[in-house]
Amino acid sequence: MGFPGRIERTVEVAHPPARVWAALTTAEGLGAWFGNAATIDLRPGGSAELTWTDGHKASMRIERVEEPRVFGYTWGIYGLPDDDPRHTYVEFTLEPTATGTRLTVVESGFAQLPDDEYRTAFEANTGGWAHELGELVEYLDANAA
Amino acid sequence: MPTRPDIEAVAEEVFSALADPSRRAILAALAAGGPATATDLATRLPITRQAIAKHLALLAEAGLVAAEPGERRRVRYRLRSAPMQVAQQFLAALARDWDRQLDALQEHLNTIVAVQPARTKKAQEPK
Repeated sequence: MGFPGRIERTVEVAHPPARVWAALTTAEGLGAWFGNAATIDLRPGGSAELTWTDGHKASMRIERVEEPRVFGYTWGIYGLPDDDPRHTYVEFTLEPTATGTRLTVVESGFAQLPDDEYRTAFEANTGGWAHELGELVEYLDANAA
Repeated sequence: MPTRPDIEAVAEEVFSALADPSRRAILAALAAGGPATATDLATRLPITRQAIAKHLALLAEAGLVAAEPGERRRVRYRLRSAPMQVAQQFLAALARDWDRQLDALQEHLNTIVAVQPARTKKAQEPK
């Protein structure tokens, strides 16, 4: 047994790479099979957002755009705070085959420790909510004066 | 705790702690109500104060709770979220359902092919 740091799947799709590429990289495609709606700025460094009708959201940062072969993005780890520096990297690779496309998805980065700098800051801030609440009280006191 | 904790060891500490009902109850009480002393916890949980003290010492050793000075020199225990977040990463990997997602992608591709002829026809209509 090991920490599941990386997930990999390969599927054979009976459609040409161009069609699969469109499903992966357009708002219309992503909003149809991945989320219930999507926005995407398709360029390295661009952002994308998936939204679901239950109110759940996922923000992505586009990392690799090599049409119609490689599409990669990073996104947060489900359950961790939005500002957590830990992210996983998802990369789709499309290879043309006689019958369509071999699509591989690799998601890596689940087994990350927060970096040392972050950990130090984190340990120093074990005050957590008590600290935040202290600041709130100070703010309210200052404004009441 | 070692200075550079092994990620797998951290996750294991969390899951071992959660496998025990008393320790699970203690962690749940700290998560729900914030830092507490062993005495506070004994009044809230159906566990003896001695057993709580023993579990808290074990949890502190594992880095899952931190002891801190409280009122009247009583030691209070606070949940440490860093190991919980490591465990969360482990669970996130298990909960990521690429199988279902790729099925949805296949289904989507088959659907758009089914509607494709109509679209092509539309595009060929006179402008």
